[in-house]
Amino acid sequence: MTALLEVTDLELFYGDAQVLASVSLQIPQGGIVAIVGANGAGKSSLIRAIAGIERPGAGKIVFAGRDITGLESHVICNLGIGQVAEGRQLFPTLTTMENLAMGAMLPRARAKMKQMMDEVFELFPLLGERRKQLAGTLSGGEQQMLAIGRCLMGRPELIMFDEPSLGLAPAIVQQLLQAIRKLNRQGLTVLLVEQNVGVSLKISQHAYVLENGRIVMSGSGGELLNDDRVREAYLGL
Amino acid sequence: MNRRANRLLAALGAVLLVLPAVADNYLLSIVTLFLFFAYAGQAWNIMMGFAGQLSLGHSLYLGVGGYAAGALYFHFGIGPWAGLWLAIMICALSGAAIGALAFRYGVSGVYFTLLTIAFAEFTRVGFDHFAWVGGSGGMFLKVAERDQIDLLNLRGTPAMFYYVILGLAAAAFALSGWLLRSRAGYYWQAIRENEDAAQALGINTFHWKILAITISSAMTAIAGVFSAFYYGNLFPEQIFNMSRSIEIMLGPIIGGIGTLFGPILGAALLTLVAESTTEVVAALGWETPGIKQLIYGIVLFVVIVLLPHGVWPALARKLKVTK
Repeated sequence: MTALLEVTDLELFYGDAQVLASVSLQIPQGGIVAIVGANGAGKSSLIRAIAGIERPGAGKIVFAGRDITGLESHVICNLGIGQVAEGRQLFPTLTTMENLAMGAMLPRARAKMKQMMDEVFELFPLLGERRKQLAGTLSGGEQQMLAIGRCLMGRPELIMFDEPSLGLAPAIVQQLLQAIRKLNRQGLTVLLVEQNVGVSLKISQHAYVLENGRIVMSGSGGELLNDDRVREAYLGL
Repeated sequence: MNRRANRLLAALGAVLLVLPAVADNYLLSIVTLFLFFAYAGQAWNIMMGFAGQLSLGHSLYLGVGGYAAGALYFHFGIGPWAGLWLAIMICALSGAAIGALAFRYGVSGVYFTLLTIAFAEFTRVGFDHFAWVGGSGGMFLKVAERDQIDLLNLRGTPAMFYYVILGLAAAAFALSGWLLRSRAGYYWQAIRENEDAAQALGINTFHWKILAITISSAMTAIAGVFSAFYYGNLFPEQIFNMSRSIEIMLGPIIGGIGTLFGPILGAALLTLVAESTTEVVAALGWETPGIKQLIYGIVLFVVIVLLPHGVWPALARKLKVTK
């Protein structure tokens, strides 16, 4: 399988503090890759670096054969890397439909706005029923669906999820995972960042464990789930 | 906008158009002041109301714009319609430069606001010592022949000034409406509501914030030129003063930040309150210093407490017209 995204020896600093140290990872085309790690391990920073919101100190990021290291975030977004940011980051005073429209402002997506909106409502029928409702008044689960839908409006090839299960009831988390699986089957490549290790390892084909800004372990989801260190450190078993 | 709003707008426009025929010079000067703040408020509203970037230093553009055109007229006899372009250029560049400086280095929120104050303040101090334009002693433009209209040099009757500022306010209104519906309007809304989300969606937040500050400062420059030629004098202590910046933003805040009609309604209400306070205080024979400002402050306070989103959103619901 060819890698859609390849990160090589990525270093990231916030001032003098190093948050990512020689991070290398590959996300195969059409795959689901998980990054697990404790709070503060650098998971969100990794996503922000890939998205171009943070500027890496060193290293290389290649997406679909193109070096995207150091490009501006709006350029990277328009190449087809979407992200569902931590805490959903909706526009609370705008309606569901307006939030979705905001997701289709990219040059690559503008023309297909109507079609994408129909697809989003097909994937999340509940959002269709709430199309005129203000995003701030949606339930936590609906807000997460909207955040994903808004990201899909930009027609990404790679979608990065930052803690999508945060603050959601277990039943809703299951729905969410089903939706992610469905999107993946339709051809979307997924990078999933989660503190909820059990959940993310089950759904992913490959996973990396990030500790203090370094990748300390990697393997298939099943392998990591059976690894004693992972079980002890992240699953409390 | 619906038909009802259009009708209200047409009625307002008609009244304002014929006003000089029936009003005396005193009333005309008050309405001119109202239109001036309606115009400047709309300029400020583009930056804060549309794009969410709070400037407390708009007196900078007012002053630099006024001085640019004023100095050209004073020293070289070049009229304001030519000087206007210099004023716009300098202010747009200053605005863009301040924005670039702030946004490139991640200065945002209150820190950005502090930066806008700082630039206005040190420019004020700079002009205090800028001898070519009179320093702190001020600059005086050739006195207007009040009964002779010289539109080319913007010297003339109160009615002429009135129509000039009426045209400006109407143009600003049209521009604001167009901007709100344009793609820029949507990008600004995203940035104002949640800048992180806007960035995550691939919006070039730097670019659009710079555009907002550039348009806003260029428009404010025109207000500065008008102010310079209307009053015929310029003092750094007055035109660059922070109270000017506050006056500019009071209208949109009272009227409704980010709305199309808010800045105009706010400016009208503020002018009305200020004038009626003066009348009432005079009629009652109160001579306590500061009593006018006190009453004015209390009225503003009450409005903000009762209508925290401004008067226009509440009024629009009552009148059943769109915001």
